[in-house]
Amino acid sequence: MMDFTTPPYLLKTASVQRVMLQVLAALLPGIAAYIWLIGPIVLVQLAIATLAALAAEAAMLKLRDKPLGLFLGDGSAVVTAWLIALTFPPLAPWWLLVVGVLFAIVVAKHLYGGLGQNPFNPAMIAFAVCIVSFPALMSQWPALGLKTSFGEQIDIVFGLAARVDAMTGATPLDAIKTALKLGEGAVDVPALLANQDIFGNFAGRGWEWVAAGYLIGGLWLWKRGIVSWHAPLGFIGGITLLAGALWLWNPAQFAGPLFHLFSGGAMLGAFFIVTDPVSGCTTPKGKFVFGFAAGLLAYVIRVFGGYPDGVAFAVLLVNICVPLIDMYTQPPIFGMKNEK
Amino acid sequence: MLQRLFKFKGGVKPQTNKTQSVGLPIAVAPLPTRLIVPLHQSIGGTPDPLVAPGERVLKGQKIGGADGWISSAVHAPTSGTVLAVEERVAPHPSGLPTLSVIIEPDGRDEWITRTPVDYKALAPETVREMLRDAGVVGLGGAVFPSHAKLSASKTVPMEELVINGAECEPYITCDDLLMRERAEDVVRGVGLFRDLLRPKRVLIGIEDNKPEAVAAMKRAVQALGEDFAVIAVPTRYPAGGAKQLIRVLTGKEVPAAKRSTELGVQCFNVATAYTAWRAVAHGEPVISRIVTLTGNVAQPRNWEVLIGTPLAEFVALGQPKADTDGYLMGGPMMGFEMPSPDAPLVKATNCIIAGSPTLFPPKAPEMPCIRCGECAKACPHELQPFELYWFARAKNFGKTQEYSIFDCIECGCCSYVCPSRIPLVQYFRFAKSEIWAREREKNAADTAKARFEFRNLRDEREKAEKAERLAKAAAAKAAEKKAEPAPAAPAADAGIGAPAAADGGAPAAAPLDAEAVKKATIAAAIERARQQREAVQPKNTDRLTPAQQKEIAEIEARRAPLQAEQPERSAPPATDAAQEQQNQ
Repeated sequence: MMDFTTPPYLLKTASVQRVMLQVLAALLPGIAAYIWLIGPIVLVQLAIATLAALAAEAAMLKLRDKPLGLFLGDGSAVVTAWLIALTFPPLAPWWLLVVGVLFAIVVAKHLYGGLGQNPFNPAMIAFAVCIVSFPALMSQWPALGLKTSFGEQIDIVFGLAARVDAMTGATPLDAIKTALKLGEGAVDVPALLANQDIFGNFAGRGWEWVAAGYLIGGLWLWKRGIVSWHAPLGFIGGITLLAGALWLWNPAQFAGPLFHLFSGGAMLGAFFIVTDPVSGCTTPKGKFVFGFAAGLLAYVIRVFGGYPDGVAFAVLLVNICVPLIDMYTQPPIFGMKNEK
Repeated sequence: MLQRLFKFKGGVKPQTNKTQSVGLPIAVAPLPTRLIVPLHQSIGGTPDPLVAPGERVLKGQKIGGADGWISSAVHAPTSGTVLAVEERVAPHPSGLPTLSVIIEPDGRDEWITRTPVDYKALAPETVREMLRDAGVVGLGGAVFPSHAKLSASKTVPMEELVINGAECEPYITCDDLLMRERAEDVVRGVGLFRDLLRPKRVLIGIEDNKPEAVAAMKRAVQALGEDFAVIAVPTRYPAGGAKQLIRVLTGKEVPAAKRSTELGVQCFNVATAYTAWRAVAHGEPVISRIVTLTGNVAQPRNWEVLIGTPLAEFVALGQPKADTDGYLMGGPMMGFEMPSPDAPLVKATNCIIAGSPTLFPPKAPEMPCIRCGECAKACPHELQPFELYWFARAKNFGKTQEYSIFDCIECGCCSYVCPSRIPLVQYFRFAKSEIWAREREKNAADTAKARFEFRNLRDEREKAEKAERLAKAAAAKAAEKKAEPAPAAPAADAGIGAPAAADGGAPAAAPLDAEAVKKATIAAAIERARQQREAVQPKNTDRLTPAQQKEIAEIEARRAPLQAEQPERSAPPATDAAQEQQNQ
């Protein structure tokens, strides 16, 4: 029977599922670079996160009496899972990932009402909860110089082999911060960046290409109209502004904007985190403000704060301000542009 | 002449599906067996029926007279006999009945005496009245009485007259064919509007997917020596919305709260111009219109159909295919399902689309809103539909108004793009009708309250007056009585006021009568005091906490004995209580 109850009777072929699938597709270039850098263990982590997310989603939908097929297939849980897997250290134990995913899906998403209702970005909640609860595990990033085989990686992730401190190293961001702190003015940034074991052309060695992968995927999303330019540009602008100003003021103590943009979660954040429509701002101006504020905060936290990166906390803090930003950035409507 | 075009934000580009129905010229539909002519076919008042059952009517005879300025006459579409004037199902989504004149055609199609006039010799006011009595209304779908739009603003000079031939809704081609085949009469009608409004420029906007219509109109304008600009506008739904077309052609944005004439611009549909010309220059009222019959039919094309033709008889002309499961009136973006095959075609019917499960497949289930903002991008009025949806869903109607729900033109762009398949327009219609219903209720309640309060006031005043009268009468009686045994005691005849009563104990004479006077006076004073007290009743006592209520009860309890003792002083304490309330 033709659905006559509600005009319009013509609808564009669009669905939540299509949106989510395109977001997942846009993550692929970054994932490819990540696998090239770390190894196939990344795929294992993605699989663990995906399975945990789907199981948690199914359980919550069942508890909430929602149609399973409709919501499991929407892809939103998978997007959350992938973002968590990509922000956690690749050799983190499997259960840490599961804890993060469960917290994201059960608490951050479903306890707030499920799809479309969460005020906070679930993936960032997962990151924040785990880095606060398991700071040591969340800070163990694989040392790039030391090549580990896939088998060894598997053993580490599933707890079959002891976690060896020698296998883990600091992230480029952490390396700079720690060195500057320990050096107490005796070390300067250009000298640190010259260390080709850790640093590459403009940011962390290898990591810069992962970030570039996210940038490519993000630009593709923008081209497809899935994300608007406002939030990513605001975010990149926020980091560039602060990083650039401090770098110009004291290049010995502060790394440049390019380094910061291609380090840590900045690129992933710019195109896949601050663009989350559910927990982000909705007005064009608001999206920019949201991104910009998150960018500034992320820089402040990663450079002056105690955590290796600041994207997660920055995003969560700005999530709180979303209703306010949206309220003050309502665009004028048709015919009212000249009215006060 | 190079015309600068402007853009409107938002809009969508659905498949136009117009080619199917433009292959054949307009055909005149055969006379149906019955005509059901609703009297209410335009915005505004319902015309009064002018015919009775059994009466013979001629083609073009007025059967419903306009009942006010915003109203428009209705005519018999052919000659025949009036079978009934009764309620019949209306071509409206509600399917509610509406008063209609049912005519059985006699097949002779006999006209009334048509009197063409030269409108240039007539006063503009007379021409407007002629149009009203000829039933000329906006045929683009809004059916607003045209004569009421043909007066320029008194303060703002008329700059542009915009003629709407955009026809942006998918499937519909009636205006396209009209412009192709009858361009000259359209242009003459535009000339009539121009002469009534005296604008500086006349702009005819046609979507650029109708090159034949653009060419035909250009030829007609040239042939008639007019200086109208025929402009092809980019095809994008809803470019044919009056406000959107005005924006595209003039750059002006007409807000919801204003009339377009306040910005020096007015807009008419091409078919309206055509019927206006036929009415004035040929004496033919609006008794037929061109309707596109398309969709799931073997022979899609445009028909000139008599107003009042039942849907079933009309669609048979196009031979609907076997799997047809419903008919839409209007386009697929803003149209609705015809409630019954008996519902008639009316002046607002520009298109009938036969639907089938393949043409309009069932919608995927609704998902939660993910605030992706696609709807906001698509909204031609630059609203935030998802915010409106949020508030409408929560029945937070105040907020929906803050977010300008009444600027929504219900074009359906938001629903069209929504990835969650939310029927947004439905939510907005719901919110609007709720707000209207509440406003009506509130107005009714306010009137009832005012009436009730007035009646109470009057009752109390009468009661008080009665008490005073009694008191006076009693006093007079007492004075009379006293005058007999003791004429030397005139004190009591002053006894209207309380002072006299208060020191009434001084003259020792006639204690019994003095007592009666005193009682009556006290009764009157109590009554007055009660009124005063009610007048200063604190207003902020609707939502009190139990603690506050308890406190009030205690105060009242304390006050009660005081009031009994000193009735005339009861008003000030009440004010104190009000003060107390406010201080809390």
